[in-house]
Amino acid sequence: MKVDEATVRRIARLARIRIDDVEAGRLVGELSSILTWVEQLEEVNTDGVEPMTSVVNAQIKMRQDEVTDGGYLDRILANAPSVEDGYFIVPKVVE
Amino acid sequence: MRRALKTVILSSRKLWSSRLSELINLSLSEARDGLGAREFSATELTIAYLNRIEEARPLNVFVCETPESALRMAAKADIRLAGGDAGALEGIPIAVKDIFCTDGVETTAASRILKGFVPQYESTVTANLLSAGALMLGKVNNDEFAMGSSNENSAFGPTINPWRREDDVTNLVPGGSSGGSAAAVAALLSPAATATDTGGSIRQPAAFTGTVGIKPTYGRCSRWGIIAFASSLDQAGPITRTVRDCAIMLKEMAGHDPKDTTSVNLPVPDYEAALRGDLSGMKVGIPTEYHLEGLPDEVDLLWKQGIDWAKTAGAEVVDVSLPHTKYALPAYYIVAPAEASSNLARYDGVRYGNRVAQDDLIDMYEATRAEGFGAEVRRRILIGTYVLSAGYYDDYYLKAQKVRSLILRDFTEVFNKVDVLLTPTTTNAAFEIGEKVDDPLSMYLNDILTVPANMAGLPSMSLPGGLNNEGLPLGLQLIGKPFDEATIFRVAQCLEEARGPFPHPKKWW
Repeated sequence: MKVDEATVRRIARLARIRIDDVEAGRLVGELSSILTWVEQLEEVNTDGVEPMTSVVNAQIKMRQDEVTDGGYLDRILANAPSVEDGYFIVPKVVE
Repeated sequence: MRRALKTVILSSRKLWSSRLSELINLSLSEARDGLGAREFSATELTIAYLNRIEEARPLNVFVCETPESALRMAAKADIRLAGGDAGALEGIPIAVKDIFCTDGVETTAASRILKGFVPQYESTVTANLLSAGALMLGKVNNDEFAMGSSNENSAFGPTINPWRREDDVTNLVPGGSSGGSAAAVAALLSPAATATDTGGSIRQPAAFTGTVGIKPTYGRCSRWGIIAFASSLDQAGPITRTVRDCAIMLKEMAGHDPKDTTSVNLPVPDYEAALRGDLSGMKVGIPTEYHLEGLPDEVDLLWKQGIDWAKTAGAEVVDVSLPHTKYALPAYYIVAPAEASSNLARYDGVRYGNRVAQDDLIDMYEATRAEGFGAEVRRRILIGTYVLSAGYYDDYYLKAQKVRSLILRDFTEVFNKVDVLLTPTTTNAAFEIGEKVDDPLSMYLNDILTVPANMAGLPSMSLPGGLNNEGLPLGLQLIGKPFDEATIFRVAQCLEEARGPFPHPKKWW
């Protein structure tokens, strides 16, 4: 699959990664060659094959829906770039 | 008189220091036995390694050294060793890949985006090791978020392989992503290291550095507290100098953890106890499809050598077929980036890590992630975002997961006939720094022989097989049945015995 520059920019926007013109140009080539290479999977007949969902054939573990952890706000906030009154601070989102 | 006394003191110091420096030559099991017999102290052993680490800074192995806490823990270990209540790894120094969260010690996954991140908790695997008495020498380098096969994708710069070609001063890569872990063990900076393997990140660096590394069955080790790359593939495991050391380490790292829903509640066998007997009655499979076109003669020869060793040890060697082998790598390069794009969405500059301040929230996300992630991580996030995006999910991700089912089916059928598979670990020895950085696809091909085991969740080990004619190590790979690491260890031990002692790299740094 060949991707064009508009697609690269759209994907970068979805991924929330800013790219400049030089990088966008380079990524067109890199992503196209990688995506073309993975297309060899089309040769494989997967009719009737279930997609793998888990490599471990185990039952999903169940537990009571109850609080088992918490109560340490200071540790949660310890690495945040910006904190005020026990909250994470981000740029203004709502006018 | 005074001069004579001084000479005596100096010579005894010299004696002490030469004895001290020799402690680094002991394997983990030898060090354990020596500590148990009180032949030397944990403090002496730790000092020997700290000195060696200081000398080896040109290799760029450690990204964070923790000598003070190492010595504090060594002193406590010495008390427990004296008191007779020593753990299985009491007083054994280890290096920790900088992708395991360590309480109070900066953990970055070698990414700018996590610069300054100090976890408030300890990963389950490292906590298990610490409670067995191990002590941490520091954190070691890796490819950013474990994405890479050369350790060149690190915000700290590349780790240099302690091995060089004979009569050649060119710096080589140690492999990746656990390049720091492998280099630490090979250069005798630590008896053992923790590592992780998503597509070969334990085994390929082990092969490039002449060390032993095992990726256990998916679910054997808890992933809790390990910075996630691709959650359905990531597994932790040890890198060591010998098969026995690897068995000792894995036993302590493994085990059920309620905090990781994919960790399996099965007893962990005593892997060291499995290291006995020959291979009579055992069937070793040789997968035809691993005979890649253009496989260099030196790798083919090594493989034949391994087969001969297995036969001599009493194994029956059987040719087997894994028809979907060639599709494992392309399927991996859909599944792993897809999961990575999801896992790495959390790095948004809000809760931890670096933030690039902007007036608008979306601008802040985009600027933070553009500056924080390196080129390979950005590339993989974009591939992952693309294959998961509307209209492409079925064609790429779903297709890859179906192919993955077929890969597992191949292995399941083969393991009805044989006990273990033997292959080379890599198609080549360590390459030069910078040689493949501009060609992502050729870098990805490094994992062609290791990725299938990850896709199927199977345990797999690399152990040194020999040196190529340039004097560089090459690895043999064993792939086992789910949760049958014990058979891998038993076979590996026989191959190791047949091979004989493996040399350490010459110290040039």
